[in-house]
Amino acid sequence: MIKVLKAGFYSTVQDQGRYGYRNFGVPVSGVMDSYSGEFANRLLGNDIDCAVLEMTMIGAELQFLKPTTIVITGANMRPVLNGNAIEMFKSILVKANDIISFRHAEGGFRTYLAVKGGLLSDFVLGSRSMAKEITTTVKIAKNDIIEYSSSSNIVNQKNAKLKYNSSHFKTDILEASRGPEFHNLSKEQQLLICKQDFKISKYNNRMAYQLIPEFKNNLAPILTAPVLPGTVQLTPSGQLIVLMRDCQTTGGYPRIFQLTENSVNVLSQKATGNALRIRLKG
Amino acid sequence: MEYKLRYSQYSERSILIEWPAIIDDFMLKDILNFKNKIQLNYSKLIVEIITGYNSLLVIYDFTIDNVNDRFIDLKQLYLGLLETNYLESLTFKIPVCYDAEFGVDLEKYSREKKLSKLEIIKRHTAPIYTVFFIGFLPGFLYLGGLDSSLHLNRKETPNLNVKKGSVAIGGEQTGIYPQDSPGGWHIIGNSPIELFNPKQNPPCYIKAGDKVKFHAISKSKYLEIQNEIAHSRFDAKTLLIND
Repeated sequence: MIKVLKAGFYSTVQDQGRYGYRNFGVPVSGVMDSYSGEFANRLLGNDIDCAVLEMTMIGAELQFLKPTTIVITGANMRPVLNGNAIEMFKSILVKANDIISFRHAEGGFRTYLAVKGGLLSDFVLGSRSMAKEITTTVKIAKNDIIEYSSSSNIVNQKNAKLKYNSSHFKTDILEASRGPEFHNLSKEQQLLICKQDFKISKYNNRMAYQLIPEFKNNLAPILTAPVLPGTVQLTPSGQLIVLMRDCQTTGGYPRIFQLTENSVNVLSQKATGNALRIRLKG
Repeated sequence: MEYKLRYSQYSERSILIEWPAIIDDFMLKDILNFKNKIQLNYSKLIVEIITGYNSLLVIYDFTIDNVNDRFIDLKQLYLGLLETNYLESLTFKIPVCYDAEFGVDLEKYSREKKLSKLEIIKRHTAPIYTVFFIGFLPGFLYLGGLDSSLHLNRKETPNLNVKKGSVAIGGEQTGIYPQDSPGGWHIIGNSPIELFNPKQNPPCYIKAGDKVKFHAISKSKYLEIQNEIAHSRFDAKTLLIND
């Protein structure tokens, strides 16, 4: 078990997502930076769908009540175990009552803590990903207890040699394909929007990232249609909204771009004020 | 009738299929039939399918390498004679209390529409609405069939907290809020029934293609149903209307 001593800014348990219920309006959820979440599990020799802790901006302080093995990936929150700095991207043995603490994220926005065998929070509709109106808890809070299986397995050495690709922390280019309503923009607008420098507004969370500045347009709304994480909507008032993992399943705003899966990971490591551009691939 | 469909790749793993941009009951059957065919034929390749008023998004379990091959497969499936188990459409009778306590905007709505409250309730409970799809929030039904005399543009400033169960009108649509949520529709009543329960599988007993009819209930009946639900004594089957 993990006891939460400090929850951090916004920390949730996430796996690879909740599939098969989007036709009931249930968001897919799952780790925002799926590459980093998956990588942490791979290093531990876990199934990639094991639930991990996702910490945002400011990390948590946690006490392990049983011995286990952990891996930390994603943004650097300068993890400390019982007062000593520890390495990321490496299996670390923890003993009962060890305390781990994290600070502000550096060079990214989200950090992942994976535990051998995975975290065992609420399992609802095929997933442990915390989500509003689905799981009883939406984010972790002080004094919460999170279960994990006790194990003393030695980590598979082959997995321990995996190389973490940190390039997605360095780029400010989001790769995208044209969305279904891209062609409703005039030729000039199409060129303009692909050259525009954007910044991330303060309205960014697990549901969506809004970009600034606004992009003037006169596109008509569409009949409500499916959307996915990575869908970029353009509202009549000119807001660009990039939908993220907790997004709704359908929407009525024109869909201008669809980010690649990798670019959703890239964006999930960015924060308010970060600059970016959207580039059409291929 | 076969529609002229537009196929396009939506993301690395998904294909969007679009019907003409209309809201139509007959076309909905075609969309749901095709959805059913795809699910039956490609159950192992497909993660899930999301539908809207005039489109369907097929999400595969893998990155699509040759999108044209996938288009051909889907087109053949659409045009093929292969019959599917036609999806049974159920009709649910949804109890709504239109008392001022629940229908917080009914008074104002009645003045703006120049219709008496009784007349509004009569016109709102008369149609059999079609469930086109579920989206926006878990369990939010997109209903078609609102009497055009009840259409009213959404509020300019949304309410920050619309109560769970609120029955509302926004533009040409009517709907039920399955949970507390911000919302810009005019609230005319409240239903005690639960449209979404994550502890059940499936979490909604109403699905796309089903029908819904509202019926007015008193506050005491509302409280009675609410109490039954709270004690897990409520059976959603009692909402079914047998044609």
